Amino acid sequence: MRRITVAAELADHYDIAIIGAGPAGMSAAVEASLAGATVLVVDENTAPGGQIYRAVTRHSRGHDDVLGADYWKGASIADPFMAATIDFASSTTVWSLDPAEEPSAHATIGLTLAGSARRVEARAVILATGAMERPMPVPGWTLPGVMTAGAAQIALKSIAAIPEGPTVLAGCGPLLYLLASQLLKAGADITAVLDTADAGQRLRALPHLPAFLGSPYFAKGLRLLVDVRRQTRVISGITDLAIDGDAHAQSVTFRRGRRSETLPVRTVLLHQGVIPSINLASSADCAIRWNEHQRAFQPEIDHLGRLSVPGLFAAGDGAGIGGADHAAVEGRIAALGALSDLGLITQGEAETRLAPLKQERRRYRRGRAFLDILYRPAQQFLSPPDDATIICRCEEVRAGQLRQVIELGVPGPNQLKTFIRCGMGPCQGRLCASTVTEMMAEQRGVSPAEIGTYRLRAPIKPVRLSELAALPQTEDAVFAVTGRRPEPSTNPKGPNL
Amino acid sequence: MLRRLCEITDPVRFSFDNRPITAERGDTLAAALLASGVETFRHSVVGDQPRAPYCLMGVCFECLVTVDGVQNQQSCLMEARDGMVVESRRGGRQVLQGQS
Repeated sequence: MRRITVAAELADHYDIAIIGAGPAGMSAAVEASLAGATVLVVDENTAPGGQIYRAVTRHSRGHDDVLGADYWKGASIADPFMAATIDFASSTTVWSLDPAEEPSAHATIGLTLAGSARRVEARAVILATGAMERPMPVPGWTLPGVMTAGAAQIALKSIAAIPEGPTVLAGCGPLLYLLASQLLKAGADITAVLDTADAGQRLRALPHLPAFLGSPYFAKGLRLLVDVRRQTRVISGITDLAIDGDAHAQSVTFRRGRRSETLPVRTVLLHQGVIPSINLASSADCAIRWNEHQRAFQPEIDHLGRLSVPGLFAAGDGAGIGGADHAAVEGRIAALGALSDLGLITQGEAETRLAPLKQERRRYRRGRAFLDILYRPAQQFLSPPDDATIICRCEEVRAGQLRQVIELGVPGPNQLKTFIRCGMGPCQGRLCASTVTEMMAEQRGVSPAEIGTYRLRAPIKPVRLSELAALPQTEDAVFAVTGRRPEPSTNPKGPNL
Repeated sequence: MLRRLCEITDPVRFSFDNRPITAERGDTLAAALLASGVETFRHSVVGDQPRAPYCLMGVCFECLVTVDGVQNQQSCLMEARDGMVVESRRGGRQVLQGQS
């Protein structure tokens, strides 16, 4: 692996560019480099691993391991990645993806690295952008001291730190219990786990139970539930949740049936499942579809991970939630798909190597439907009933304002955005998009599939003018703007095109 | 609001609002600040309310700070480095002569 630390070290052109260095991206990179493709992998974070295997290359497994064997499995993906013949640019933000304009042309990605922007061409681009936690808008969720469960797990993995003082976990889904178990093992003071899962979902998930029983997740999940219940108070059937505090979270008030209770806290960790990060795929005009089981939008892909736009692929949780093992397999499948489309391996070779991978992928998909349906968040946590709850954290738009604008008959999320700036802050709608769709769907009595979600445009991450100014310019571009021909370049490579 | 389970072995030193901070080399800036007892990273642009990291993975933009004079940096995506001058911000971005 060649580590790229400044923009000038990037080649202008690669066979395959991979966005994201989690299990899907790392596996895709290894597969592609083995076939002799020139590969660029970029990731926003400082090291490879993604969120699930965050910092796995930074530490080694100690005797006091609290993260567990599933985490250290990441090393078996990261090690070959570190050894592969690829270019890897960490701390690099991709802010645009322009698909090829004609079939034989290249896609172009716009990125920023160490304060300079660059545009890099690739014959194929694999989006391995992973997942984010589904926003859980409850009163007080913007207070310092309130984080996602994933954030606490990131702190544990990256700097071996745990929340200080009395901590409450609230929400639903397997990760909530995994984190509770890890934090308890590490000595955190967990006062309670407040489970907001909708009990009604149990019945709906039942038809999928047999597949789940035969899945790799069953025994693991059961062990976790028992482990957490043994060590702390688990309260299920939470129907109402609010966090109070002046400049920091101080207490959590929750309701279960007719009983209401308040607990003092220093930290509240929220979680209600994960959803695909679709911003980049969406900004490249890839078809996006609603997944009712997973209650989220995801890009449409075919059996090889091809997106609806030629030359673009997606793999892993960014293409639909399947977990880390599933993502690693999908990464390899997408890489083989891209290699075969580019003619870097023969179709016959691709098929031979794809067969066992597809079988493995089927195995990891087993049991997923049960989990998806069982842990579908309860309606009041998807669409907050309290008018004062902040929905758009950046622009501080509250649920009541949203309901008013929806009532006025605003056609969709995009128009709503221009009416009240909901989704127009620096996070670019990442933390409000799913709630806006849910609230609109609820108020209109239709499926979120009919509402849609924000249309995204590059730059999908904020980019500074000074970074853009560092983009290499062609002589014609300089002339078009300034009316003057630039001085002959002293750069032996000539003007960087 | 975070407590480290291990002692710092290879320290980097920098400042946050003139307060000295010590972190382990390789820590992200956001995690290092949380582990040093920093509770408020900034005040929100619209309502001037205290904010701190929510996701720690580059999604929420709640961890924005000024680093060495450059405003609105996602502190969860950058490494803590020796001698960094980190400042919290009240309100929106300032566009003034001489500021980046």
